[in-house]
Amino acid sequence: MQRIYRGREGMISWALHRLTGLGVLLFLIIHIADIYVIGYGPEEFDSLLFIYDTLGFRLMEVGLVAALYYHALNGVRIILIDFWDGAALIQRKLFYAVVIGFFVTFIPTAILMLRPLY
Amino acid sequence: MLSRGGGRARPADAGGLELFSWYFFRVSGLALIFLAIFHVVIMHVVNTVDEINYAFVADRWSSPFWKVYDFLLLTLALLHGINGARLSIDDYVRSGGWRVAAHTTLWMIALIFMIIGGLAIVTFDPAAFEAAHAGR
Repeated sequence: MQRIYRGREGMISWALHRLTGLGVLLFLIIHIADIYVIGYGPEEFDSLLFIYDTLGFRLMEVGLVAALYYHALNGVRIILIDFWDGAALIQRKLFYAVVIGFFVTFIPTAILMLRPLY
Repeated sequence: MLSRGGGRARPADAGGLELFSWYFFRVSGLALIFLAIFHVVIMHVVNTVDEINYAFVADRWSSPFWKVYDFLLLTLALLHGINGARLSIDDYVRSGGWRVAAHTTLWMIALIFMIIGGLAIVTFDPAAFEAAHAGR
């Protein structure tokens, strides 16, 4: 039976980095398209924006911010590891620092983002 | 060369484009931490999405600072993201024909969205719509 490779923190951080990166790119492509509509004038642009007020889209925006925050924090970890030998030795600890930093920044942001709902 | 538990190892031996791509990821990434997160905080935390409309964007883009800011964000984010997608294609699309197709599609998307994104910012002119309304 084939065994699936199960990496630890290093692999998990890498997989999340790729997943969040591709997710943010997908949103960016959609976002460029909706901003392009602004060139067609106020009526056309404003009539499109109802999409962003729907519950589903609001939750996706919170997901986008989660992806962006993780990608940014783990990006700093990657840069530290690349340019400083000391960081390579503690890459696992740095991953937990990323996870803690993520929750500390993301939770207040999510609460503030969703404030029109409550 | 083995990775050190972070991202890819620096492709020093390859040189050329791959080495440039490696540095570009890190330099643009650092810039994007400030550009993208500040953008999200302004648009989703200081304001909320229901306050954003045509008038909001027109007000922002009346300042050259925000036009330059948004243009930098567009360019760096799109190139950083497309470069990430390029490496993903290299990793997952193994057969020659599909690779060519995937890379071609990717750079077409990059070109089209760079053009329409840049056009939206550079050619934005609220006065044209006000004039059209006045002339009605």
